[in-house]
Amino acid sequence: MPPSTQEFAIKLGNGLPLESGEAARRAAFPVRAARSMWWFARRKPLGAIGAVIVIAMLVMAVFAERIAPFGYDETIRGARMRAPGPTHWLGTDNLGRDMWSRIVYGARVSVTVGFATILLGTVAATAVGVSSGYFGGGYDICVQRVVDAWMSFPFLVIVLSVMAVLGPGLLNVILALSVIIAATSSRVIRGATIGIAANTYVEAARALGAGHLRVILRYILPNVMATIIILATIGLGGVILAESGLSFLGFGIPPPYPSWGAMLSGSGRTYMFRAPWMALWPGVAISLGVFGFNMLGDALRDVLDPRLRGASGRTT
Amino acid sequence: MLKRYLVKRLFVALPSLLIASLIVFTLPRLIPGDVVQLMLEEKAYAKDLDEMRAKLGLDRPIYVQYFDWLGHIVRGDLGESLWTRRPVTEELQRRLPVTMELGFVAICIAICIALPVGIISATRQDTLRDYTARSAAILGLSVPGFWVATLVIVLPAIWWGWRPVTGYTEFSADRIGHLVQFVLPGVILGIASAAALMRLTRGMLLEVLRQDYVRTAWAKGLRERVVVLKHSLRNAVIPVITVLGIQIAQIVSGAVIIETIFGLPGMGRFLFEAINQRDYPVIQGVNLVVVSGIVFVNLVIDALYATIDPRIRY
Repeated sequence: MPPSTQEFAIKLGNGLPLESGEAARRAAFPVRAARSMWWFARRKPLGAIGAVIVIAMLVMAVFAERIAPFGYDETIRGARMRAPGPTHWLGTDNLGRDMWSRIVYGARVSVTVGFATILLGTVAATAVGVSSGYFGGGYDICVQRVVDAWMSFPFLVIVLSVMAVLGPGLLNVILALSVIIAATSSRVIRGATIGIAANTYVEAARALGAGHLRVILRYILPNVMATIIILATIGLGGVILAESGLSFLGFGIPPPYPSWGAMLSGSGRTYMFRAPWMALWPGVAISLGVFGFNMLGDALRDVLDPRLRGASGRTT
Repeated sequence: MLKRYLVKRLFVALPSLLIASLIVFTLPRLIPGDVVQLMLEEKAYAKDLDEMRAKLGLDRPIYVQYFDWLGHIVRGDLGESLWTRRPVTEELQRRLPVTMELGFVAICIAICIALPVGIISATRQDTLRDYTARSAAILGLSVPGFWVATLVIVLPAIWWGWRPVTGYTEFSADRIGHLVQFVLPGVILGIASAAALMRLTRGMLLEVLRQDYVRTAWAKGLRERVVVLKHSLRNAVIPVITVLGIQIAQIVSGAVIIETIFGLPGMGRFLFEAINQRDYPVIQGVNLVVVSGIVFVNLVIDALYATIDPRIRY
């Protein structure tokens, strides 16, 4: 007996019967958004946890002034290295500054660096990867040799060298990390472009007289977009981690603006035996933030990449 | 056949190495601030800046310095440290084994964790064990190594009054102590690599487990161990080995921080100090050795493919 339409719709993957799918389309946007989020949370619980962490981090970054009880550089008289308590939830540092407030403001650095780097790096990677994969030939060979050379460097080595040239600062961290993202992502985007460019519809578009720019924008780019989105989402956590590493080594955001990595180095390490919370909370914040972005990125990749859906394939 | 392929690969790698050498040479020279000025301020053993520049050969045009440097490299000479005047090659001979030992421990730990956990996670997809393993892997990727290293030093000191040894023990002085000192930093470095490798092992194994021949193996009634380890894992492991090559670069990156924290006199710490001191020959030398090492490892990995998968012919 053939499956009913409803069963067939369920097998298609979204878990919702066809009728409820149509009802969902008719429903208002907030209802649809809530239903999609509920579906995502049920299908990808770890991704949902990641999304909650990411949203919390974004809220902290945007509303830092309202959330933080003290200024990031506000020295509280008589409160040097105070242990966590009701007034100072996460304690204070060696200069009497509230740790919780500094961590809230630190989220702003991580989020800004994360999103700006991914945006800049991905745009550059798309330009290099798509053009290299589409045009091929000598141009591709030259570009790929440079990418090869760039990729053979350990990332921290190249970033440290670039940062030493540019000097510390928010914009410079973003630029240095974008260079790394651009090189590694461009290789993957190039691979995807080569696959798309081999399709007959691209050949047909060229035969009908479409220019290279039109073919790239109209036919290649939309088809490579899923790969680009996946690369961007899974790269965010790594960028935040790299920023904290740079700040730890003293090449990141200059003080007094708090960056989680910088909070762990310098005074954080000097006073870590007397005030261990100074070394504890910034690390927890970095780990939680990166964990959230990684979880969300993984879940989004699973949802966007059809090859990763479904069961193990073991015959039952 | 394999030999011809490797020679071809080496020729393809040569332009990349040449470009890398150009990057290696140019980048440190773009660092703002004059190394000569820095040296005179701190040491004051030469009165005239120009005299000092001429002495160090820094007064010549950059392209002349580059080709001169390339000429010396071909002869195995990486130059001298601007600060200590010791040959970079000699310094690297002392420091390279430290980083290699650390890297070896880290890689061993990464493989020992990644393969079993990846296999369990893939064969028990979407179960509690899978979720736990994946969460642990993502946590491993998320926790910064320098933070773990800091905690490893701080927490035992606070709780038990014990601190792990930071500093370096020579093999000749204390063999056991020499080996033990790499365990903690190796574990910390290995965790992040283990997480990346575990996720890849799981992903690749999941793809292989959906192949028709695996279904046939199940249908033949073979035991799970045979289906997974004999029929599936070998086909899933090639990308894992490729990523292992990439992880070596990551481990060198991690070594920069970990060696600094644990006081190990390896290449990572050497490079970090050189960048801070703008010691061009050292930065160039270390970078070149690292890049050449990574290119060589990738070449070896390429050669390994044919051994693992007999279908691959070069």
